[in-house]
Amino acid sequence: MVELARKLPLPQRRFPASPVLLLLAAACIFLTVESLRSTIFAQLTVAGVATGVVYGSLALALVLIYRATEVINFAQGEMAMAMVYVAYQLTLWGLAYWEAFFLTLAIAFVFGVVTQRVFIRPVQGRSVIAVVIVTVGLFILIDGLVEWKWSANQRFMQAPFGNKIYHLGNVPIARQDLGTIVITLISVSALWAFFRFTKLGLGMRAGALRPAAARLVGVRTNALLAVGWGLAAVLGAVAGLMTEPAEYVLQPTLMQPVLLYAFAAAVLGGLESPGGALVGGIALGIFLNLLPSHSWGFVTSALELPVAFAALLVVLLIKPTGLFGHRTVRKV
Amino acid sequence: MTALLELRDVHARYGPVNALHGVSLTVDEGEIVAVLGANGAGKTTTLRAISHTVHRDGDIRFAGNALRGGPEAVARLGVAHVPEGRGTFSELTVWENLRLGAYTRRGNLKDDFARVGSYFPWLEDRRHQQAGTLSGGEQQMLALARAFMQRPRLLMLDEPSLGLAPLLVTEVFRIVQELNENEGVTVLVVEQNAHIALQLAQTAYVLEVGRVALSGPSADLQQHESVRRSYLGY
Repeated sequence: MVELARKLPLPQRRFPASPVLLLLAAACIFLTVESLRSTIFAQLTVAGVATGVVYGSLALALVLIYRATEVINFAQGEMAMAMVYVAYQLTLWGLAYWEAFFLTLAIAFVFGVVTQRVFIRPVQGRSVIAVVIVTVGLFILIDGLVEWKWSANQRFMQAPFGNKIYHLGNVPIARQDLGTIVITLISVSALWAFFRFTKLGLGMRAGALRPAAARLVGVRTNALLAVGWGLAAVLGAVAGLMTEPAEYVLQPTLMQPVLLYAFAAAVLGGLESPGGALVGGIALGIFLNLLPSHSWGFVTSALELPVAFAALLVVLLIKPTGLFGHRTVRKV
Repeated sequence: MTALLELRDVHARYGPVNALHGVSLTVDEGEIVAVLGANGAGKTTTLRAISHTVHRDGDIRFAGNALRGGPEAVARLGVAHVPEGRGTFSELTVWENLRLGAYTRRGNLKDDFARVGSYFPWLEDRRHQQAGTLSGGEQQMLALARAFMQRPRLLMLDEPSLGLAPLLVTEVFRIVQELNENEGVTVLVVEQNAHIALQLAQTAYVLEVGRVALSGPSADLQQHESVRRSYLGY
C-alpha cells in the first residue's frame, strides 16, 4: 500500500494553478514590452508598483490576521494611520525621520499585541461576528482618539525620500517610488524569513493551521496569536508610513481608501495566501495607475474604485478561491 | 518500578455530557499500557483528560506531581500525545512536522534527526514533501516520528491502527515496541484492535461506558473469558 501510494501521481508540493502563473507571466511580458515602447507607460507602471506594494503589505497584514484569527480586521487601516501619527509626533519631538520610523515600528508591535490581548482575546472564543464587530468598534475608537489628540486638520510631515528623480534610460523614476518599493519589499521579506526559518514562525503557522494539534506539541497558541497581531500592526505601520509621503498630507482618513484596495488585493490573492496578497496588491496598483490614461477616456480617476471592484468581481467569478487560493490535498 | 502516570477517580465531560465516570489507572515507568474498549467507552477521552483538551476533574499525577495547565503545559512536561486523526500538519512539510515535534526543546536537533532516521529511513528522502500527501501508513509513522522528536517520557497513542492495512499495523506496533525497548519511552496506547494491543502491552485496562471494567497483566486478560468473547472474537 505504501508502494502504491508512492506511484500515484500526487502533487509533491503545492504550486499555484498553472493558468494563473501563465496569466501573470503574460501580464509581465505585456507590461515590459509596453514600457519599452512608451516612456509614460513605463513611468506609470513603476508608480503603480509603488502604490501596489503598499496595498500589498496592508493586504498581507489582513491575511496574517485572517489566517490566525479567521476574521478580517477592519481596524487594520486605522491602526496603521494611528502609527503614522505616532511617527509624526516623534518627529515633532525632534527625532530624525528614520529614527522615528524604526521607533514607530517597535511601538506598532506593542500596540498590536496589546490590542489583541485587551480587545480581541475576550471575545475570541465566541463567534466570528463578535470579533468582527470588535474590529469595527476599534476602527471608530482609533479614529476618535486620533482626532481628539491631533484634530482632523491636515498635518505635514518630513518627506523620507525627497523629490529627487532618477533616470533609467529616458524613463524618469521618482526616488520616492523607488524608496517605497525597497522599504516595503524589505519588510515583507523579513516577515517571510521569520515565518519560514524561525521556530517561533513555524509555531505560528502550525497554530494558525491546526490550533488543537499545535497545542499538543507544546505551542503556546494564545501567546502567539498576540505576536501575530503585533507583526500585522508593524506591517500596517510600514504601509501607513509609505502612504503618507505619497499623499503629501497627514489626516485621519489617510488609510481608508488604502484599506479598501488592500482588502480587494487580499481577496484577489486568495485571502489565505500571503504571496497572493502581495501579487494582488501590485497587480491592483499597476491596473489602477494605467487605467485613466489607457482606457480611451472611459475611466476617469473618480471611477477607479468601482472599476477596481468590478475587475475583482470578474476574477472571483472565474476563480472563486482567488488567484492563489487552493484546496489542500488531504488523506485520511 | 515507580508510577509515571497515575489517574485517580478522573471524571471528564463534553459540555453537559459526562464521558468518564471515575477512571483510575496507573502507568509505570518504562511500561507499555493498553486501554481497550468499544466505541464510546471513553478511551479517547481518557487521553484527552490527561493532556487536558477536555474538561476534567479528579487527580492526575505525572512523575509524582499533579498535572496542571493546558495541553501546551502538559506537552512541556514530557507527554507526547498523538491524537485521534494523528495531529498531522498536512499543509506543512514532513520536515516542518518533525521540527514541530521538537518544539518544546532547545538546542541542536541533528542527533535526533539521525535517530529518527534510523527508525524511519524513508523520511529523509521525503522531508520536503507536503505531509498531507503521505499515505495513511506514512502519516502514522510521521506522527510517531514527530512524537519521538519531542523526547517524551510518556507517549500516548490514540488508535494507531485506525484505517491501516494489517501489514502496516504490525509495522507500526513493531516500531512502538522498539521505541519502548531502545529509548525507554513509556507508552500508553488506546486501541480497538485488542488482539495486537494485548500482544504489545504488559498491562491493559478495559473501559466500559466511562469506567474501568477490568484490568491486569495482558497475559491474564488474554485468557479472560469476557475479553476473549467481546474483544478478541474467539
